[in-house]
Amino acid sequence: MSADIRRISGRGLPLRGDDIDTDRIMPARFLVSVSFEGLERNVFIDERAANPAHAFNDARYRGAAILVVNANFGCGSSREHAPQGLSRSGIRAIVGESFSEIFQGNAAILGMPCFAAAHGDVERLQTLIEQSPDTLVSADVDAGVVTAGAVTFKTSLPPALRDAFLTGQWNPTAMLLDHFEKVHAVATRLPYISGF
Amino acid sequence: MYSSGRRMANTLFQKVWNAHAVRTLPSGQTQLFVGLHLIHEVTTPQAFDMLRQNGWRVAFPGRTFGTVDHIVPTRSRTRPFLDVMAEEMSASLERNCREFGINLWTAEEEDQGIVHVIGPELGLTQPGMTIACGDSHTSTHGALGAVAFGIGTSQVRDVLASQCLSLDPLKVRRIDVAGQLKPGVYAKDVILTIIRRLGVQGGVGFAYEYGGSTIDGMTIDERMTVCNMSIEGGARVGYVNPDETTFRFLRGRRFAPQGEAFDRAVAWWREIASDGNASYDDRVAFDASAIEPTVTWGINPGQSVGVTEPIAGDTRDEAFAFMGFAPGARVAGTKIDVAFIGSCTNGRLSDLEVAAAIVRGHKVAPHVQALIVPGSQAVRRAAEARGLHEVFIEAGFEWRGPGCSMCLGMNPDRLQGRQVCASSSNRNFKGRQGSPTGRTLLMSPAMVAAAAIAGEVVDVRTMMEPAHA
Repeated sequence: MSADIRRISGRGLPLRGDDIDTDRIMPARFLVSVSFEGLERNVFIDERAANPAHAFNDARYRGAAILVVNANFGCGSSREHAPQGLSRSGIRAIVGESFSEIFQGNAAILGMPCFAAAHGDVERLQTLIEQSPDTLVSADVDAGVVTAGAVTFKTSLPPALRDAFLTGQWNPTAMLLDHFEKVHAVATRLPYISGF
Repeated sequence: MYSSGRRMANTLFQKVWNAHAVRTLPSGQTQLFVGLHLIHEVTTPQAFDMLRQNGWRVAFPGRTFGTVDHIVPTRSRTRPFLDVMAEEMSASLERNCREFGINLWTAEEEDQGIVHVIGPELGLTQPGMTIACGDSHTSTHGALGAVAFGIGTSQVRDVLASQCLSLDPLKVRRIDVAGQLKPGVYAKDVILTIIRRLGVQGGVGFAYEYGGSTIDGMTIDERMTVCNMSIEGGARVGYVNPDETTFRFLRGRRFAPQGEAFDRAVAWWREIASDGNASYDDRVAFDASAIEPTVTWGINPGQSVGVTEPIAGDTRDEAFAFMGFAPGARVAGTKIDVAFIGSCTNGRLSDLEVAAAIVRGHKVAPHVQALIVPGSQAVRRAAEARGLHEVFIEAGFEWRGPGCSMCLGMNPDRLQGRQVCASSSNRNFKGRQGSPTGRTLLMSPAMVAAAAIAGEVVDVRTMMEPAHA
């Protein structure tokens, strides 16, 4: 069992743009390694080099805990190196319009919830943080509510993931190993395992 | 579970899910048994470390198979690899597989290849299975009627430790493609067209079930191209119901059931297919005869057009500046620097045959570097037995060894600077092919072959024999 995750609070980091894929978050050359250590140094490294105004270059957002993104964040490759890099750079939750399914699952298993919200709400939050980077952003897992200054809105998390965060069961290996006789029972009755 | 006399009409996805569901976890997610686990060198070393840290064993070592593909150099596979990290990753996978008793095909072995090419090739991939692999293109295996998930490294750890995943069920969208594809139009054009219409996010929360007369008429290789790119449309899972084509493909393959067991397997595989009256969460239809040779112009796989069609869009979209196109431009006529035929999308024998038919008797344009990278050692051997390598070499292509190669910039095959690559792979993301400013135009292998010869993007139909065009 891991620690329960009920509320994430901290400063925000607004990153605008739809369809930001995991190749951008963590270019493939940084996957040529046998460890996740140090990945925080490579988050968006090529985008940051190409664009000095990239949000991850902006000193005002240094130390932010909540990343605020737009639609289809984390699409593409299933590389866990992307959420690992974000998590290791201090991001503890992501608020966005929508997420790729694999990314959201990879983030959840690291204890980093991805809250989905309406386009207008996300934009208001991004604008607020851009104007006042020191604003405290708070995301409540149970209520699904994100609050920052005068901005408050409802978000959604898949119910099973929400419950997993609230009960500290977001890292599932131990649960999967409980009642292992049931796993064997399923294996035994699968025709392709029993030889048809 | 399927023996009960009365059951509701279901999709293959639901039947496979039910057959593999172990229990509902306290979190509310489903504990799902994984029938086949495929691993490679990139997304597993940390998973094995986590096993060791927790003192866990591999629960079903016989149900995991490994190979090396992403980091393998395609020029020379002499060990140790020149890239020290690539060598370390390969050696690490070898040590881990030895320690935990897992079957592995290393770069020196004759069954090595891209994980999504060798699974079906060896008959490991079978209808009705759940399959997981730490790679988003695991959806490829759905071409044989499996339910196949791309997963992250922590989930690889879970599958190693428990042979299970914790997942939420998916909805099912039926995608019907009916009618005759025009000459010069291939499975790649079909899936690019599907993604263009439904969007790169349209499939989130869905498994895509592909069917209809066009899909029914496709070979398994072609169905793999379609299922492979499901994830580019946001769908983690894509599949085709198993049919006679599937059974013919599997008969006699090394890990497929043998003898009478094969006939019993076929009976189960027929049962596991979607019922004719199954209901779907959504249905979409495509007319195959309206599909054109399709190319991407932008920075995600949904940004595609017919090769001679003007690009529509808003100039503020960063894709225009990055790619150097303007709204209203056509991709045809774009000069290319590199032509790449290979990958888990289009690196199989039939892809090389189609490309060779275009290439035969022509020369690669002098300014183009052109690569043919077979998807596996078996594909390479079969192509060489047919003399395809000679056709390609004679034309000026480089004939390489199997691996992921220039699909993803994790090995020596990479674009340089702002080079433009006509590519048979699956992703045109910024930086995908190894240069942060490199530009990728996705298209069918036939279109890549045509572009290699012309030195620029052309409509492949202008290069086909009249008898075929």
